[in-house]
Amino acid sequence: MSNIPGDLQYTRSHEWVRALADGTVEVGISDHAQAALGDLVFVELPEPGRALKAGEACAVVESVKAASDVYAPIAGTVVTVNEQLAQSPELVNSDPYGGGWMMRLRPAAGALEGLLSAQAYAAVTAGA
Amino acid sequence: MDFGGWDMPVAYGSQIDEHHAVRQAAGVFDVSHMCVADLHGPRTRELLSRLLANDVARLAMSGKALYSCMLNERAGVIDDLIVYFLAEDCFRLVVNAGTRTGDLAWIAHHAGPYGVRVEERTDLAMLAVQGPAAREHVVALLPEADAARARALPVFYGTQLRDWFVARTGYTGEDGFEIMLPLAQAAPLWRQLNAAGVRSCGLGARDTLRLEAGMNLYGNDMDEHTNPLESGLAWTVAFEPATRDFVGRASLEAVRNAGPARRLVGLVLDERAVLRAHQRVQAPGIGDGEVTSGTFSPTLSCSIGLARVPAATGNTVQVDVRGRLLNARVVRPPFVRHGKALVGTIAAATSAAGAAG
Repeated sequence: MSNIPGDLQYTRSHEWVRALADGTVEVGISDHAQAALGDLVFVELPEPGRALKAGEACAVVESVKAASDVYAPIAGTVVTVNEQLAQSPELVNSDPYGGGWMMRLRPAAGALEGLLSAQAYAAVTAGA
Repeated sequence: MDFGGWDMPVAYGSQIDEHHAVRQAAGVFDVSHMCVADLHGPRTRELLSRLLANDVARLAMSGKALYSCMLNERAGVIDDLIVYFLAEDCFRLVVNAGTRTGDLAWIAHHAGPYGVRVEERTDLAMLAVQGPAAREHVVALLPEADAARARALPVFYGTQLRDWFVARTGYTGEDGFEIMLPLAQAAPLWRQLNAAGVRSCGLGARDTLRLEAGMNLYGNDMDEHTNPLESGLAWTVAFEPATRDFVGRASLEAVRNAGPARRLVGLVLDERAVLRAHQRVQAPGIGDGEVTSGTFSPTLSCSIGLARVPAATGNTVQVDVRGRLLNARVVRPPFVRHGKALVGTIAAATSAAGAAG
């Protein structure tokens, strides 16, 4: 059973979203996703300032097994990315919701609609 | 995951941690999917002399092992295997899981005229215990008389210790044992090894370890459509004595005399990406090749691979990695020996420069 924190929102493509106090959102990939990928060896993150559409491929995680795209969970602009992942991609495996965060976005207006609750995401992964 | 019909774990936890455990201490692998076949009969040696590209005449002392390819008439590799000389009328072969049916059929077909009986040992499991501390862990579990014999075993020899056939062989580039034992004893031995601190390791670590050690994987790095000379396996072919005819000899001599058109090389990628099988390789001004095996090397912290390229390929190539042409260095495997990197990496050079500066 993978860990799915109740205070976050999710996408079908296994990204999570955390609303921050300053109005930005923090984004990463779920515990289910990191377990399926295996040990990560490289993470490619987008440039700060880049504007993303919801569902747009914006990052790449490469594990020993395979490379996978990470998709923007919402429309928004990249404010900052987690520089630690260049040296320590394994943070995504060991701490997917904490130290393994990938990027912070400033959401476009109305962007937070359509995300899954923890319960709904649990149902998605149970079916997987 | 399903590995050739066997249900096997890719990793028990972190495959990178499992890899480091083998390089630094000891790990245990379940390799029971491999096929053990004992060949019986006074003419077994003659049969193997004909069937194998390496020469079993090199097996003079009981227990000695030999790594060899088994070729078809076109010098394509049917399989790579290890043969153990147990007695003049009994040799043991260990062949790959995926090729077991074809191998056994091929051997049986050739065995008839020599009166050799092939006995597939489905009663045996196989565990590989590998790493600098591996042998000590196994020896510690043996009664004293057996422990002494195991401790004395030279590299590439095997010995029967009661129910266990213990061989000082492996597929990781580290020292260790491969133990062939009755099925029912495998799980208890596994648990005893875990209790002594030997890490359980899966297929993922097996692949990163063998590739660092420059060891081929049948199906990736060679197959029945490639010959040993273009697969980095010329060292396993015994052309001398010239009087020894073996299946595929004539075809292989023709390749040797003409000069092989392709060769298998090692690649090191200094960019933040991973080499993978089937990626196209460009040798500038010479021609194209293909990555046959690729992975991330935990010891080197960069990607390494093997590739089949035109024979004239020089020191650098470009590899098409997910649509980008990345530079890779051509090196001679192995990439790692005794736990140490043999090839320099940009990461190592920059950190050394940083420390010195």
